[in-house]
Amino acid sequence: MNRYAQQRLGFIALGAVTLVVVIPILLVIGNIIAQGLGAISWEFLFGMPRAGMRAGGILPAIVGTILLTLGVALFAIPFGVGGAIYLSEYARDTTFTRAIRLAIINLAGIPSIVYGLFGLGLFVLFFGLGVSILAGSLTLAIMTLPVIISASEEALRAVPTEFRTVNASLGGTRWQGIRKIILPQALPGIITGVILGLLRAAGETAPILFTVAAFYLPRLPQSVFDQTMALPYHLYVISTQVPGMPLQIQYGTALVLMTLTLSLNLTATLLRRHFRKRRQW
Amino acid sequence: MPEPKIRIENLSYAYAGVQALQNITLDIAPQRITVFFGPAGGGKTTLLRLINRLNDLTDGTAMTGRILLDGKDIYAPATNVAQLRRRVGMVFALPLPLPGTIRENVTYGPRLAGVRDARRLAPIVERSLRQAALWDEVRDRLDAPANALSGGQQQRLCIARSLALEPEVLLLDEPTSGLDPLSTGKVEAALQELKKTYTIIIIPHSVQQAARIADDAAFFLQSKLIEARPGREIFTTPRDKRTEDYVTGRFG
Repeated sequence: MNRYAQQRLGFIALGAVTLVVVIPILLVIGNIIAQGLGAISWEFLFGMPRAGMRAGGILPAIVGTILLTLGVALFAIPFGVGGAIYLSEYARDTTFTRAIRLAIINLAGIPSIVYGLFGLGLFVLFFGLGVSILAGSLTLAIMTLPVIISASEEALRAVPTEFRTVNASLGGTRWQGIRKIILPQALPGIITGVILGLLRAAGETAPILFTVAAFYLPRLPQSVFDQTMALPYHLYVISTQVPGMPLQIQYGTALVLMTLTLSLNLTATLLRRHFRKRRQW
Repeated sequence: MPEPKIRIENLSYAYAGVQALQNITLDIAPQRITVFFGPAGGGKTTLLRLINRLNDLTDGTAMTGRILLDGKDIYAPATNVAQLRRRVGMVFALPLPLPGTIRENVTYGPRLAGVRDARRLAPIVERSLRQAALWDEVRDRLDAPANALSGGQQQRLCIARSLALEPEVLLLDEPTSGLDPLSTGKVEAALQELKKTYTIIIIPHSVQQAARIADDAAFFLQSKLIEARPGREIFTTPRDKRTEDYVTGRFG
């Protein structure tokens, strides 16, 4: 077999593998849209659930998920990006920092239900925050941190060292170099990491199970100490816990959750493109 | 001879367990061009980076001896390192414009030092670019991206960027290694002007360049300083056999 034929075969094999990956995703998205679109109405999006969630809307779950995601962003972005800046720009390569890095990698592999139990123990009970939006956001934030730290650190390290040297040679302090050169250059990568982390948090059920999620609460939360419904948990409830649930409502809820996360994803892509255009090396 | 601008005393330096400089003692005269030359790996760049403490950024180093700037030990604990680097500027072998415009590149150092007023920055930009022999080529496009310049222009921009801080000493590490002869000529001509006010230490990219521009020259070989004398003497009548072999091209 000559090299040209080998190359063709390689292309075909890789193309087939790609198709195998892409087709199920498209099928899932198509199926959810096809079965869920009929449920979408003004009342479904902006109404309270009625009749044991078998009718009415899912507004409390939508608002709950948005609030939780915002809460995660509030806690996880400053700590995650701050930690990444420390690890990449300040920390020396010692046994201690290597242990920190190892811990971060391991944190990313912990099952989400474990985070849920941890959040119950620490935030709900020990700190006395109760089952609340605050406790749920903090639990999800801790789960999101490793993703944000790893991605941000990688983005910071990808900025050529020479920029740091030039900054120093012009009388810049380390922090001035970070603020004026390194961080702006790393921003596209950091944004990607942050959004990936937020997406995961928005779609999680297990960590909010014991820390914030309400089974059935047909009103909007009044403060961060309230419980709230949330889309992933609501979807779990109406799919398994409520007999006689119309299939269309289940698919409609899935469609709303999917749209929410996809639009977050789209925002990330647009932001990244915007900042990359300004990058000049 | 006037007071040396820089005095290097019994300096030894090692990093990652490798001895990079052995017992160097050398005076650098003010307002002259001093050339560090010799084969690669001789310790020239290491010594240059020690003079404005850029090696602080490296872990695992060991240094003994002293470097004095105007008689003051730059490694004394009370030294303000940012301040020192404003007094001792550095230009690297590969020109690396910072992200942003030509003007932003030149004003980066002054802005970090606290000069933010555009009316004070404008004359700094013009003076620095004139000194680096770049003004006439970029005066109409100061707000164009710096990386749109040619390699030779970028290197002169990097020189201007250092000059914007009005350093007393300018260190240049093979500043013309990637440049064509025309750009090299411009940089060398600019250095001849600059030495009237600044103390210049340069690592040239060839013996020919060293001989062209050196007022004083120091020959480094295998982490030792072999010979340091006025340039016209060292290149015509070297005292050490090893210097002679290198200058005449018998090894390298």
